[in-house]
Amino acid sequence: MQALFYITAIIALAAAARVVTGVNAVHALLHLIVTLLAVALLFFMLGAPFAAALEIIIYAGAIMVLMVFVIMMLNQGDAAVENERLWLSGRLWWGPAALAAILLAETSYLVLAGGGSGVEPRPVDGPAVGRALYGPYLLAVELASILLMAALVGAFHLSRKLRGRGRTQP
Amino acid sequence: MTDQALMALPVSHGLIFAAALFCVGLAGVLIRRNVIFMLMSLELMLNGAAFAFVLAGAVHGNADGQVMFVLILTLAAAEIAVALALVVHLFHWRRSLDMDALDEVRD
Repeated sequence: MQALFYITAIIALAAAARVVTGVNAVHALLHLIVTLLAVALLFFMLGAPFAAALEIIIYAGAIMVLMVFVIMMLNQGDAAVENERLWLSGRLWWGPAALAAILLAETSYLVLAGGGSGVEPRPVDGPAVGRALYGPYLLAVELASILLMAALVGAFHLSRKLRGRGRTQP
Repeated sequence: MTDQALMALPVSHGLIFAAALFCVGLAGVLIRRNVIFMLMSLELMLNGAAFAFVLAGAVHGNADGQVMFVLILTLAAAEIAVALALVVHLFHWRRSLDMDALDEVRD
């Protein structure tokens, strides 16, 4: 089981690296979906099947469909791929990447130095999460619904303005 | 669900995975100038944070970690909806997805 965890984690990180360094948006999106599926599998291994299902349904389903729509809508073709390759080929990227790697090394050192306990994950099933959501976290759920409502209205407003301008100056 | 005897994962390794995912996403936000790629890197960062929450919830046998995961999911959905609407705007306005096209404030 532990070996499975490491394999899945490595798959997730490799796909994530491909997302960050990819030049073609659709290929990067496919790698992002692989990352999300790997993270969902890790959730399942940790005994969180509800979170795993939500990760696949909402992240790999709904959010990725939105991104696919936008990428297809703004189809930029080969010129954009060439442009991205140009951006990534230079000395531009290694500075921030090295700094992020140092941050990761520091975090790893701190976590390992803190004395990792080999605690076994205890499964938490869906009903327990539901009871917590609608019990002590009811206010947070209401706030989340307000946030979603605001995002809905905001996205609708932005797209409406776009349509209006498209009509006036085609 | 998971057989407890099979699973003896050091918590620190899980936390390091979460940090690694976050750092890969952070590097992506810093090195890319294409808005679509920056948004994808943001999703990676959110996933790293969410994984840390679920891991902590699993370690303590507590539902709170997954509650936080649901809230992060809500945040990600709201963020991506508004951000993609803005991206479409940017493209119609500038004919480009380059973040550096938005530099009016400098002038």
